[in-house]
Amino acid sequence: MEALGLLLHGFAVLLTLKTLVLMMVGLVLGIFVGVLPGLGGPNGVAILLPLTFTMDPTSAIVMLSCIYWGALFGGAITSILFNIPGEAWSVATTFDGYPMAQQGRAAEALTAAFTSSFIGSLVAVLLITFLAPMISSFALKFGPPEFFAVYLLTFCSFVGLGREAKHKTVISMSLGLLLAGVGMDTVSGQLRMTFGSSELLRGINFLVAVIGLFGISEILLTMEERLALRGHAASISLRVVLGVWKDLPKYWVTLLRSSFIGCWLGITPGGAIAASFMGYNLAKRFGKDPRSFGKGRIEGVFAPETAAHASGTAALLPMLALGIPGSGTAAILLGGLMVWGLNPGPLLFVEHKDFVWGLIASMYLGNVVGLVLVLTTVPIFASILRVPFAAVAPMIVVSCAIGAYAIQNAMFDIWLMLGFGVVGYVFKKIGIPLAPFTLALVLGNRAEDAFRLSMIGSGGDLKVFWSNGLVGSITTLAILLLCWPAIDDVLRRRRMQWT
Amino acid sequence: MSQTNLEIIVDDPTAPEDDSPSVVTSGAVEIFVCLLLLALAATLGYDNWRTGASWDSTGPEPGYFPFYLSVILGGGSLYGLIVTLVAHRKATETFVTRAQARRVMAVLVPTLLFCLLTQFLGLYVASFLLIAGFMRLVGKLVLWKSLLTAFLFTAIMFVTFDIAFDVIMPKGPLEAAFGH
Repeated sequence: MEALGLLLHGFAVLLTLKTLVLMMVGLVLGIFVGVLPGLGGPNGVAILLPLTFTMDPTSAIVMLSCIYWGALFGGAITSILFNIPGEAWSVATTFDGYPMAQQGRAAEALTAAFTSSFIGSLVAVLLITFLAPMISSFALKFGPPEFFAVYLLTFCSFVGLGREAKHKTVISMSLGLLLAGVGMDTVSGQLRMTFGSSELLRGINFLVAVIGLFGISEILLTMEERLALRGHAASISLRVVLGVWKDLPKYWVTLLRSSFIGCWLGITPGGAIAASFMGYNLAKRFGKDPRSFGKGRIEGVFAPETAAHASGTAALLPMLALGIPGSGTAAILLGGLMVWGLNPGPLLFVEHKDFVWGLIASMYLGNVVGLVLVLTTVPIFASILRVPFAAVAPMIVVSCAIGAYAIQNAMFDIWLMLGFGVVGYVFKKIGIPLAPFTLALVLGNRAEDAFRLSMIGSGGDLKVFWSNGLVGSITTLAILLLCWPAIDDVLRRRRMQWT
Repeated sequence: MSQTNLEIIVDDPTAPEDDSPSVVTSGAVEIFVCLLLLALAATLGYDNWRTGASWDSTGPEPGYFPFYLSVILGGGSLYGLIVTLVAHRKATETFVTRAQARRVMAVLVPTLLFCLLTQFLGLYVASFLLIAGFMRLVGKLVLWKSLLTAFLFTAIMFVTFDIAFDVIMPKGPLEAAFGH
């Protein structure tokens, strides 16, 4: 019940005119980047991050998270009206969303998408409200070995459970960890990997890398494609909205199932992409007439959208409670926390109550305001797509450069951003995943510090990672996850032999 | 229903042709990237070994953690290299076609010039030139629209960052002439 009181306090923090205006601005900007071709959740947040540098942390995080909700809503607009999934997790939405638009039921599909996004996020936010404080107060008892074990678990689960080729995940992650170590060593003060360059003394800033990897590389990738569009225009009337809402109770099983899948996969690094497909497939399998899926069934929109949004929101839970981001966007928000001078991790709940509960309250409010906003303004946002890409592309480049420069007032960072842009483009094309890289870059220093502090504490004895039940089971789980592909292979062969 | 069902159609006259010949295969790029990463791993590994990658009385030395990461990175790249070389006959998938490469260069080269110009003319003048130039030369949009859009966007950025939010951007001779 304490959570409820703190949540109410969070709402009180939010309900100032300034925060509400920032919220609206964030949502509009977010929908804008969500609708624009080639940009989406993480890219939008990365590019617009510099806007928040001079704000106080609470206003900043409210605006950023609203940009994120907006981008998620915006992604649904292009999936349904144009059959263009803005993000990989919107792919499943196009299966039934676009056929609905073709049948002249675009308004219905959009309402279904927005409403289910709202429901998915709401379930995840409820989970965060009650679970995050519990996890963080538990994590307050953690020492360096426990923290290192948790970091190890995060890294190992990416390698073990990721869909990409294992060696590519390993390459991406070790590269990120290495680059995180460039500059001054936090424990001894010695310089590492700077090669005499004074620019590298500061180290490689995480956000500069993210702006290049996600912003610039995305522009390059988008340019490769044919940018011609063909889609349906739609405006949503109140009658359609009410009609869809009236039928909602019929689909409660689908909505609930997808919410749970989303929450689960959001906390573990399975992510929104896996969640949306799993949500869709399960709805199809348990649906009354599976063959009618893909031909414009409203459940085919409800299921993936609910799961994707529940997952996107639940990814913020480990970030808030443990300082470990569950998704690319959560990693960028985490980078933001550091810029605003906050130290992510369980102490956040103790030291910065206003901030944490303001953020959680903004998740509720942002989703409600976002829902109303998208339902009323769809026609305007759909026409953003008419703006020629030749005008949008250079503007995004400029925004990226401003963002990269603003972090440390360094011209070198603009060059670094460009370099990361090219690296991101090549990596995406040859299938080296960027999420482990981002995660490693943001967690690298803290993982290393935790490791070295544990080693100093134990006098160099690695057995410290098995010194008690908690740390021992986390470390063992991490190693099991790392070896999971091999274990899975052996188990499958056994099963084959038996049958 | 009050829903209108007008089609939205946006054409892309400069779209890359579908039958454009391939410039380079994905396999070749993967080999190149693996070799680069291997070289990077070797360089960083050496540097960290020089810094000290063993244990002293207080625990691991500063180079310990990154040294072993370089080893892992090197191992991963080597594995990737071998896998790609073995599967090379299959890896004939196109990395980029000539038409696509032209389009990518049409963004990359102006962005490079923009970064150079920012160093000498300041960010705002460079961004005006980038937007106007890109819209006119790459997007083939009307001149006055390009100039106006570039001016408006740059002005909004200047007001937002330098004036409203106090985020100071690099400046050049033009801003100096106006006393900024």
